[in-house]
Amino acid sequence: MTGYISKIFGDSPVGPMQDHMDTCYSCAKELITFFEHVVSGDWDQVESSRSRIVELEHAADEFKRQVRSQLPKSLLMPVPREDLMELMQVQDEIANRARDVSGLVLGRRMELPAPIQQEFLSFVSRNVDAAKKARKSIRELDELYESGFRGAEAELVESLVHEMDKIEDDTDVMQVEIRAKLFLIEDTLPPVNVMFLYRIIELTGDIADVADRIGRRIQVLLSH
Amino acid sequence: MEDQVLYLTLAGLFGLFMAWGIGANDVANAMATSIGSKAITIRQALLVAAVFEFSGAVLAGGEVTSTIRRGIIDSSYVVGDPELLIFGMLAALLAAGVWLLVASRKGWPVSTTHSIIGAIVGFGVVALGTESISWGQVTTIVASWVASPLTAGIIAYGIYNSIHWLILVREDPLERARRYAPLYVFVTVTLIALITIFKGLTHVGLTLTTLESYTIAIGCGLIVALGGRWFVMRIHVDEKADREFHFATVEKVFAVLMVITACSMAFAHGSNDVANAIGPVAAVISIARSGLVEQASPIPIWVLMLGGFGIVLGLGTFGRHVIATVGDRITALTPTRGFSAELAAAFTIVFASGTGMPVSTTHTLVGAVLGVGMARGITAINLGVVGRIFISWVITIPAGAVLSILFFYLLRFFFGSAG
Repeated sequence: MTGYISKIFGDSPVGPMQDHMDTCYSCAKELITFFEHVVSGDWDQVESSRSRIVELEHAADEFKRQVRSQLPKSLLMPVPREDLMELMQVQDEIANRARDVSGLVLGRRMELPAPIQQEFLSFVSRNVDAAKKARKSIRELDELYESGFRGAEAELVESLVHEMDKIEDDTDVMQVEIRAKLFLIEDTLPPVNVMFLYRIIELTGDIADVADRIGRRIQVLLSH
Repeated sequence: MEDQVLYLTLAGLFGLFMAWGIGANDVANAMATSIGSKAITIRQALLVAAVFEFSGAVLAGGEVTSTIRRGIIDSSYVVGDPELLIFGMLAALLAAGVWLLVASRKGWPVSTTHSIIGAIVGFGVVALGTESISWGQVTTIVASWVASPLTAGIIAYGIYNSIHWLILVREDPLERARRYAPLYVFVTVTLIALITIFKGLTHVGLTLTTLESYTIAIGCGLIVALGGRWFVMRIHVDEKADREFHFATVEKVFAVLMVITACSMAFAHGSNDVANAIGPVAAVISIARSGLVEQASPIPIWVLMLGGFGIVLGLGTFGRHVIATVGDRITALTPTRGFSAELAAAFTIVFASGTGMPVSTTHTLVGAVLGVGMARGITAINLGVVGRIFISWVITIPAGAVLSILFFYLLRFFFGSAG
């Protein structure tokens, strides 16, 4: 004996989406520790950091599955189901990038050349900053639902998205600088390693790009 | 009519049975939005439901009772054999009560209104012939089943949008919520008081002039609005739950208002659904007492009270459990949304009761929730379930009809003197 009025309310996807974003952010954040250990050459620690990243990535997948399962097609929602799904897909890419980068580095036991070590570490943490801003905007999702994606709250989120843009610009500049430094010393390094170093820089820089795309997807939600 | 006492006892028992069923199950749906949004506790909900269901039944339930008692079957067809109508009404009560019990055990969404109307029409067609049914009236009732969710939906859409534009999208939603909340209370209480006074009070034997009615209604509105204002001003900002715009505190303000809509909803439910249980009882009583099928005798007030008592009994025995289950499930409905939906539904139902239309509380509430959803107020509404609820009213009518035909023949077999 339960009242059926209660059954007409679908589960809100907001909570799991926020959990998903939190997990993806933690995943990206772990990259900072990961690369610190890479720089200090402590491969046992690198390995355990990598397994934390993999664990977090799996946890994120679990949240993703949960959101998908509770968004059947027959839902009436303030924003289209497809837009929420796409937003979550982009969120997920943050965890995927962290997994790919760390996997590549550990698999090839890659070492960062001394001249770019410091720049690279701050490049990583700036990318993680972008992910953090993305998480902050996703944390406003429940407030956005409260205000119907309009008004003062929407403007607040819009300004968060602009901050994300700025961080993304920062990381672009940093990436150019690191590449330039690497270019200067690339003749002194084994060519295959250099190729993969460029690849690592690119994949890491993707995190800020992905965070920026999260901002774009949020703007799509606001435009409805 | 030698079996008078027997008929009266049976009518009282069956009526009580159905009212009990309504109290045990249906009230949970009517009150669900209030409890789900954590505006009131279960204990408070039970108290509010008991007081306002009862007063709704007694103060505003008269018109609907009349409709069910004598609006559906043209009694000129049963003048020669009043016992037929007694058996029929008893069968209808039993059918609706049993159907309500079975369906709620199985978790099917049924409407007490639809089952009782289906039951009366069912026995009428079989026992008295199709021409005995006032088809015009039945058509109007069925039309009201479409109109009531639609109306509630449109009103809810309007109320929610007004909250949205006046409060939620502003820079200072909390100050605005505090300012507008008493206004919402005033409008709510005044309108419901007006409808009740104009449409309901004649049954209690109270007649007021238009001026008196307006004065009383506005007076009620002002008093409750001032009380509401006092509560709303005492709400503290919840620093932990709030962020930039204090939405958590805004919701607390509306939680206060939801106490008022919960009362309105219980009142509305009492006015409409109690009448469903009590209409057939009233019909049996007037025939059994006089031995005649008369059209114009007033409904004894104790019959309405019997209905109110049955509902409270149902609440006391099973209602608590059902309300708890329902409340746990609805967390998606925050007070601003719940307020819009409940208020719209309460207006629609009290108005329908005033004009004697037996509408479905559940369907009206579902319509109102959809209205808020259309205004982009609810994170997710399961349209599949909504569809099933609306389909249920189509199924409930034949189910009520078949059961009542069955009970009608059984009752006539056991008690009928003519055989």
